[in-house]
Amino acid sequence: MRFKYLVILTIVFMLVLSACAQPSEAPPAAEEPAAEEPMEEEPAAEEPAAEEPMEEAPAVTELNILWAQWDPADQLQQTIDQYEEVAGVKVNVIQEPWGSFGDRFFTEMAAGGDAWDMVIGDSQWLGQGATQGHYVEMTDFLTETGIKDSVTPATLTYYGEYPTGSGQYWAYPTEGDADGWAYRKDLFEDPDNMAAFEEEYGYPLDVPKTYDELWDIANFLTNPDEGMYGVAIYTQKDYDAITMGVENTMFSWGGDWADENNNVMGVVNSPENIEAVQFYRDLYECCQVPGLSNAFFTETNDAMIGGQAAMIMNYFAFLPALASPEISEYADVTGYFPNPAGPGGAQHAALGGQGMSVISYIPEERKQAAFDFIEWYAQDEIQAQFAALGGYSTNKSVVESDEFLNATPFNPAFAETMTFVKDFWNIPEYGELLEVTQRLLSQFIVEGVGTAEETMNQIAEEHDAILRDAGYIE
Amino acid sequence: MSIDGSQAIVEQSPPPKTKRRQLSDRSIVNLFIWPALLLLIAMNVFPLFYSLYLGFTDYSAITRQQPQWVAFENFSKILNDELLWKYFATTGRFALLSVGLQTLVGFSLAMLVNHKFKGSGLLTTLILIPMMISPVVVGLFWKLMYNPTFGFFNFLIGYTQYLFIFSFIASLFGAYFIFKRYFKTKKIYLLLLSIIFVVYGILGLYSYISGSNLFGFLSRFLNPSTAPDMLASRFAGDPVPGLALWAVVIVDVWMWSPFVMLLVLSGLKAIPDYLYEAAAIDRASSWFQFWRITLPQVAPLLLIAILFRTIEAFKAFDLVMGMTGGGPGDQTELISVNLYRQAFLGQWRTGRASALAYIILVIIIAVSNLYIRYLNQMKGED
Repeated sequence: MRFKYLVILTIVFMLVLSACAQPSEAPPAAEEPAAEEPMEEEPAAEEPAAEEPMEEAPAVTELNILWAQWDPADQLQQTIDQYEEVAGVKVNVIQEPWGSFGDRFFTEMAAGGDAWDMVIGDSQWLGQGATQGHYVEMTDFLTETGIKDSVTPATLTYYGEYPTGSGQYWAYPTEGDADGWAYRKDLFEDPDNMAAFEEEYGYPLDVPKTYDELWDIANFLTNPDEGMYGVAIYTQKDYDAITMGVENTMFSWGGDWADENNNVMGVVNSPENIEAVQFYRDLYECCQVPGLSNAFFTETNDAMIGGQAAMIMNYFAFLPALASPEISEYADVTGYFPNPAGPGGAQHAALGGQGMSVISYIPEERKQAAFDFIEWYAQDEIQAQFAALGGYSTNKSVVESDEFLNATPFNPAFAETMTFVKDFWNIPEYGELLEVTQRLLSQFIVEGVGTAEETMNQIAEEHDAILRDAGYIE
Repeated sequence: MSIDGSQAIVEQSPPPKTKRRQLSDRSIVNLFIWPALLLLIAMNVFPLFYSLYLGFTDYSAITRQQPQWVAFENFSKILNDELLWKYFATTGRFALLSVGLQTLVGFSLAMLVNHKFKGSGLLTTLILIPMMISPVVVGLFWKLMYNPTFGFFNFLIGYTQYLFIFSFIASLFGAYFIFKRYFKTKKIYLLLLSIIFVVYGILGLYSYISGSNLFGFLSRFLNPSTAPDMLASRFAGDPVPGLALWAVVIVDVWMWSPFVMLLVLSGLKAIPDYLYEAAAIDRASSWFQFWRITLPQVAPLLLIAILFRTIEAFKAFDLVMGMTGGGPGDQTELISVNLYRQAFLGQWRTGRASALAYIILVIIIAVSNLYIRYLNQMKGED
């Protein structure tokens, strides 16, 4: 009998809790602009202020932005501290470690939470943010304020636009980032190395302009007896590293992940992509620092700091560590260059970075306050301040200014790179697509199993199935 | 005026005290049990049943949509997914290797420290240290140890520039002991063997000093690019399937053998001495004593240790994630790692992940039941 009561009680408790846990209906999706939503239906969290009109004081006195925990978030906080004096609104950057950044954001959004007013989210989140109603559409705002024309076109497309090519924007490009390279200038400028290289390859040793040159240099500088290896490139399987690393070569070989109609068969397994993936594997085989079989930004930086690698691949946001003499003894002899061009002359880099979006679940006055803040923050002089602190602004006038280009040794390479960035999928199914590429690219490149053609055929087939299931391909 | 009996009793009884509220035994029991029970229901029972329900839906924890009932679709897809069967097989292989080796190593260590000798207490404490460290830290630590260029692991297996000196010394020692044996037995092949050892050591040293390559197979030990890259599953640059899984197994054994040792040790301490004394009187051999006394006496505790470690092996996640992330390819993709990948990491397939979690749970319960039945059988025999 007691057991019976216990079971009944458990079931009742479950029902009560599940009733409380049910998420509310999804708000309007990407197709419906947030501006058209009836404002009256928004929960009036700040209602007391409306009942007691305070004409002089702003309705919103504090705004919160969620971002990952890293240096650019500190730089943003320093830049926007002055906004409290300007507009009477204190803006806080809430930092969440990278490992839990996405989890925390999306679980909050699933609950329709209003813990933050804005988020500086990954470019790959755009699809989910837009279609699931987490983000407020910013097309009109970015157009009317002229912000749309103040940022570099590629960043607007990849950090703000969804669906790609639709002209609908959901984020203000905040932190530009992409893959580039750091190299050991002392090795490149060593007279013995220069003479030997020219004798062997018939052209002078210099920063590689093409992947063919990068291949020659990597081979030439690989010398296991001296503990020196040509490159340190991304190989990590955990999340997206090896895919990001490989797509640098894929894009520069003229390949892509899909055509304009989302077809992947014949695109993912195109001859260009197959050749590019084979190149990446060969580079790994010949010249990768041993032990970097699961490497991302920390490991490649460590290879340079430890004096093991002549050239390393990394996102520009992580390169400042290499320029700091306190961290790297090679800081003074470290140079930087953008991704070289592929065999056909195409030059592209995998995109990093994030855009700032306004959360749709906050009250209307907070949305307005958030838009006011973004309008202020997007100004050229504020962007220049952000860049002066080390932030990677996407503002055209800032990125092209001499002041920015001379501020750090890697800024010229960054500015050049931001004109030819490309990205992975940003549709809500990107996680499933990514799992396939991570697994199969790791299998071919690191594990050394199969051929490039088999790998890309397999990726194409699995991507095709996922996209068909999701309705992107009929 | 007559007074009846009941009145007399009333008059004799003490005056009534002020009414005090007293908790019955039942109420006290409830007071202790219910808060804990409610907490248990909220934190354990409810999620358990709710996740079972989610296993039958297409729910994703990051979408603002109601779970849609899909009946057995998730279970069907999982059971028909060849990759998941591969991950189950990898997990089974990992559990078998890991638990098997932990049992062997743990038992041997327990036998070692069971005998009192100078410093045995300190040795026991040192042996226990690995299992006190966080698995993520252990994973990162061993990642460095496995590094083919500066890692300690390859040094330990002989990839060191001092290899020739070590082999020279070892060959001289070998020659000395074989020569001593020759003096006793006067067998000529022992003399020849000791001469070969001496010549080998001298030539090896000459090879190292002169830089010549008299022993090609030994010279490769000096080149880091020919050393095994355990986590990349490569040896001398060539793919060696399974090497990465072995790398994880070695770390798991290093970390958890002390746990087996601890349980076995408590079993060994509980064996009464008179059993061994009686066996000694009967002139039983050490092997017989071990097989007929030690092992049966320790078996119940050893089985509990194996049970715990098997369950943990099926749940192994943090160590693998810290060391290989499931790679290279999917060589170390254990089922728990894949479960995490499906539930989080951009995929957020909560419904499917819940179904997979239940399948894993059923397997663990089934395996545990086998152990428990065997354990009960042993107790019954006792």
